[in-house]
Amino acid sequence: MDIFFFLLFATVAVLCGISVVLQRHPIASALSLVGVMGSIAVLYLMLGAEFIAMAQMIVYAGAIMVLFIFVIMLLNAGAETRRGRSWMAQLLGVPVLIAFFAIIGYALQGRFAGVEKVKFGNFTGGTAEAVGMALFTDYLLPFEVTSVLILVAIIGAIVLARKEL
Amino acid sequence: MEFIVITLIKTALIAFVLLTALAYLQWVERKVIAHVQVRMGPYRVGPHGLLQPLADVVKLITKEGVLPPHVNKFFYLLAPFLAVVMALISISVIPFGTSVTILGHTTEMQLTDVNVGVLVILAISSLGVYGIALAGWSSNNKYALLGGLRSSAQMISYELPMSLAIASPLLIAGTLSLRKIVDSQAGYNLGIIPKWAIFAFPAPQIFSFIIFMIAAFAETNRIPFDLPEAENELVAGFHVEYSSMSFAAFFMAEYANMVTVCFVATLLFLGGWHPLWPAAYGSNFVAPLILLVVGLICIYHGLNPARPLDRYTLPVFGVIFLGLAGLMLFPPLVPVLTPLFWVLAKAGFLLFVFVWIRATLPRFRYDQLMGFAWKFLFPVALLNLLLTGFLVALVS
Repeated sequence: MDIFFFLLFATVAVLCGISVVLQRHPIASALSLVGVMGSIAVLYLMLGAEFIAMAQMIVYAGAIMVLFIFVIMLLNAGAETRRGRSWMAQLLGVPVLIAFFAIIGYALQGRFAGVEKVKFGNFTGGTAEAVGMALFTDYLLPFEVTSVLILVAIIGAIVLARKEL
Repeated sequence: MEFIVITLIKTALIAFVLLTALAYLQWVERKVIAHVQVRMGPYRVGPHGLLQPLADVVKLITKEGVLPPHVNKFFYLLAPFLAVVMALISISVIPFGTSVTILGHTTEMQLTDVNVGVLVILAISSLGVYGIALAGWSSNNKYALLGGLRSSAQMISYELPMSLAIASPLLIAGTLSLRKIVDSQAGYNLGIIPKWAIFAFPAPQIFSFIIFMIAAFAETNRIPFDLPEAENELVAGFHVEYSSMSFAAFFMAEYANMVTVCFVATLLFLGGWHPLWPAAYGSNFVAPLILLVVGLICIYHGLNPARPLDRYTLPVFGVIFLGLAGLMLFPPLVPVLTPLFWVLAKAGFLLFVFVWIRATLPRFRYDQLMGFAWKFLFPVALLNLLLTGFLVALVS
């Protein structure tokens, strides 16, 4: 059952990811990205990280992608035309991509050769309580530093968006 | 196997009841608004217009579904589907009462109890905006696009105060599971004041309840926040190019969202199925008493009819209400029906408030809507959360 759903949603995630690149209309690309986020959230859920799964849906699929689509709609961007590609990209694109995947696969294989594989249902530390405890005890400093970083980004956005200083 | 069968039965039951309730919510809304405005409302189809929803469904299904030539077909057809699915799906995590035992099988009155129930509802409701935004954009129409843009901006803005308002009662409950949140609100302070979140001891959540309800009005695109479909500016807003069932789909989604937020407000703030005062003081007899009074009023008016047909219809309703009152008193059913009554009564009252406000308030202006969310509602919700956290930490 687990392996069936894993294969299903992993396939959906990969297909949606390919679709992000292949779609010619920005809105279709953005919606494919929503599909990627959603299927990854399902994978998180199956691995037992229910809080992360829901946070992924709320933050990425629900807020960030809505803003993406909002901006695309506001700019009224049309479908892009396919021309002006360099002959090098046409010629070398696919071989370089395959080489890239091969290198990544080789590196991962070498790095994680002896590590035990993840099994569905083994991990139970993904509840909201567990994540909260981890954030406010073991990872308190990184957590607070990240919040300061986000605060700086917010202030920066306001400063940039203001017309006169 | 037993689990799958029970879940299938529950799914079918909830889907049937929910869809019927959605159709009749339209009837309730028209009737209530009509009576607020001293009109009769739907009256022709069936007694007191009770078959009007059925007639509307038949009308909408048999109408021609026009596909305008200038739309982006795929997204134009996807949008209403997306809106309805996202609106209906969130009912699956909402508990309606305590557990029930039928023929030896015990099951909860809830489709599924997830550990992160509140987050599931937030996630699904935040996805609901795609249906409206896509409908507005794919229609390739200026009015529709403006409606879609307004709705995305509005929903993102009001999601923040809504989430912050939800966070405060969670601090008191200490869990994200909707069933456990309701359980944490059981019991009474001083023997009479219920431990509902709005009356909770260290920090009463009355303000976050009000903030939640205001944000809920905006999230469901209801008056006074129905800017995405403001008739006087945008004709019909995001669904101006839709007809037939795809048009009805948006209304179904709106009503389903209304039902969901009313249930969420009931479970988070109004103590779910826990009665207003202890069963020792007779709260179990509220439901039969109300049904009895309603039944007697119906029979009285049936005997002194104001309109010719009332002589036949009202006594029938009266007898039905009296029968329900008797059912509520039947001892084996009391532990099942009484919690169900309290949940439905609270959620039903909130739904009535939705309709009541629609009949009462005018629409906001767009800049007022945004200013209200960011300059008033958001800081107040933040302050409320801070204060609640402080008080909860102080007491525990």
